[in-house]
Amino acid sequence: MGRFGASFITTSTWDPVAGQFGAWPAIVGTLLTSLLALSMAVPLSLGVAIYLPEFAPGPIRRPVATVIELLAAIPSVVYGLWGIFVLIPFLTTWVYPFLEARLGFLPFFTGPVYGPSVLSASIILTVMIVPFIMSVSREVLLAVPSGQREAALALGATRWEAVSTAIVPYAKSGIIGAVILGLGRALGETMAVTMLIGNRHEVAASLFAPGYTMAAVIANEFADAAGGPIHESALILMALLLFGVTVLVNAIARLMIWRVSLGRGNT
Amino acid sequence: MTDGAPRIRTERLSAMYGDFAAVREVSLAFAPNRVHALIGPSGCGKSTFLRTLNRMHETIPGAWIEGRVLLDEGDVYASGVSPVRLRRRVGMVFQKPTPFPFMSIADNVAAGLVLDRSLSKARVAEVVESSLRRAALWDEVKDRLNASAMGLSGGQQQRLCLARSIAPEPEVILLDEPTASLDPMGTQKIEELVFDLKREFTIVIVTHNMQQAARVSDTTSFFYMGSMVEHGATKQMFTAPREERTEAYITGRFG
Amino acid sequence: MVTLMGVAVVLAVLPLFLILGSLILKGASSLSLGFFLNRPAPVGETGGGVAHAITGTLMIVGVAALAGVPIGIAGGLYASEYRGTRLAWITRFVADVLNGTPSIVVGLLAWTWVVATQRHFSALAGSFALAFLMIPMVMRTTEELVRLVPDSLREAALALGYSRWRTTLVVVLRTALPGIVTGSLLAVARVSGETAPLLFTALGSEYFSFDLERPMAALPLVVYKYATGPYPEWHKLAWTASLVLIMVVFALSIAARVVTRQRLGRND
Repeated sequence: MGRFGASFITTSTWDPVAGQFGAWPAIVGTLLTSLLALSMAVPLSLGVAIYLPEFAPGPIRRPVATVIELLAAIPSVVYGLWGIFVLIPFLTTWVYPFLEARLGFLPFFTGPVYGPSVLSASIILTVMIVPFIMSVSREVLLAVPSGQREAALALGATRWEAVSTAIVPYAKSGIIGAVILGLGRALGETMAVTMLIGNRHEVAASLFAPGYTMAAVIANEFADAAGGPIHESALILMALLLFGVTVLVNAIARLMIWRVSLGRGNT
Repeated sequence: MTDGAPRIRTERLSAMYGDFAAVREVSLAFAPNRVHALIGPSGCGKSTFLRTLNRMHETIPGAWIEGRVLLDEGDVYASGVSPVRLRRRVGMVFQKPTPFPFMSIADNVAAGLVLDRSLSKARVAEVVESSLRRAALWDEVKDRLNASAMGLSGGQQQRLCLARSIAPEPEVILLDEPTASLDPMGTQKIEELVFDLKREFTIVIVTHNMQQAARVSDTTSFFYMGSMVEHGATKQMFTAPREERTEAYITGRFG
Repeated sequence: MVTLMGVAVVLAVLPLFLILGSLILKGASSLSLGFFLNRPAPVGETGGGVAHAITGTLMIVGVAALAGVPIGIAGGLYASEYRGTRLAWITRFVADVLNGTPSIVVGLLAWTWVVATQRHFSALAGSFALAFLMIPMVMRTTEELVRLVPDSLREAALALGYSRWRTTLVVVLRTALPGIVTGSLLAVARVSGETAPLLFTALGSEYFSFDLERPMAALPLVVYKYATGPYPEWHKLAWTASLVLIMVVFALSIAARVVTRQRLGRND
């Protein structure tokens, strides 16, 4: 592994045949898709996680929770299939032209518009991690002692004030933990991203352009590592890198979630 | 004790949780076929003392003892004595009824019996019935022996636990506040049972209820802050206690 | 703000209906008995099915569950019955962290440990990867459920003369069992849909195979291959195979919930 050195991370040329392995585009693509997905998924999932137990009319709570659990159960490859044949045609017909026309002055929304792209992959990732973040943060919110809410309500707070001043702050570290867990998921998500990102070792300014993620590179290239044993080692190194990052991210997330559940034990 | 060799006795027994001594140097002897009550305020060490008699004390991490416990003059803490075997000779019933939720009524009673693999199925069924009869539960459950034990009332569950602990024919039965979670009816039934069962077993009962101690026991020991303050015949303890602290507790001035 | 959150709910549940709708719309029409009984037909011919992948998935997941569920239960029992010890804490933390390991990384791990050492792809390597994914899931559920078993039951068993291990196995495990079954079924459901761990282990195949030592087809692999292939017939097969896959996964998830609900119903 040592033979790759720091240039493995910092250089951008990935040419197995020539023996050049620069993982920078895959690293950037991994971070970019995950963070984009997170920025879209967090408001959505926290909105639902808070709305369901606190504000939702009783009869819809259970069905919505079931739907969300089922969404989390859909295999990644099915998301990928749906992404290729339903989501991408929809996005390229309706959404991307609109974004290009209105926001084309920003470098991320310049053409040409590809179907399989960083943006498409980020959108499917969003759909996939929403149920995940939602169910974890819902558990965290349910762990908040009901005394917290009642105390706030007894002080004359409205329900919304009780949620925003008593419940959410109490569960803050757990919610952040849930979001970080979601990040861990997004970083490691393989199949759907592989099917939607376009698989190109390149860092492009535009989100409409294809890219790559570390997981996708491994999935695509490992089975027939064309560049021989060195190619194979490069991919294993990439997996180690990905593993290291996700372990770190998950460890941080777990510690933050434990803090809330330990708090529950003390009160 | 006046009536012959004790069934179980302790010699300078101390029970510790880590550095904390919950019971200090207690020497007590319990005669066979009697009911012995241990009384005292919460945290006085009476339950801890009880749990040293069948070596349940040591199941708590950090718990240990000093001194000796002798069952029929054999040291139960001697090396080579298995606590698991000991507990088949010294049964125990706890404050909260603890029927095994996944077992039927009959299986619950047989739970301790089946550890002895030599027993035939028919024999187990016999013992289940006789144990339930002795626990005054047979008539109430004979038609639903295979139903879940969780359908019984609290008092019935506690009698079931009593049946379960007497089924393997132990020599001693330890009762740790057995009526604390029961209503007056359930309490009365258990008390009647305790009275009947002493014909066959030696019974040590921890209770925070002094009337109960006075009603069911032959001897009473008063525990206070980990020490055994006074021990004697129940009648004498409740009418003419020797120690001032015993009198203060019995008359309800503290505890 | 509350209205916005209502909109969020709609946005969050919408994908399920869109995805299920597409699956039924595009997949159901090719659903026939032959689909469940036949191997794939050569490109250009109609008909053909994914029976080889259905049996493959059943075998790979079945073997994985046979290994992963007991190990997960044992680990969970250890972590909770011996909690307080350093090893139990480490076990629990490792399980938590492994729970978030990308499945592609697990696939590569299985490749290094099984495929590379045996020098050939095999269904067994796929089962190994899936078991590896299941263990932390089953472990965590077991641990949580075992912790809910009241201490008074453990004490009652010990006081009856049960040994420590008998108490754990007979009383504690048995009391927590319905929940553990649910957790295990959910874990099986989750790994049944996994593709990435099988890419370089079970590899996939066009033929029926019941030999764990050889490459084997699996439904997720079939979906991946056909979805990313060039032929419209393949795409159609991918939709139908997805529909079957999702029925399997949902059936397992729903079965898991029914088990829980029955148990809750009985205790009420």
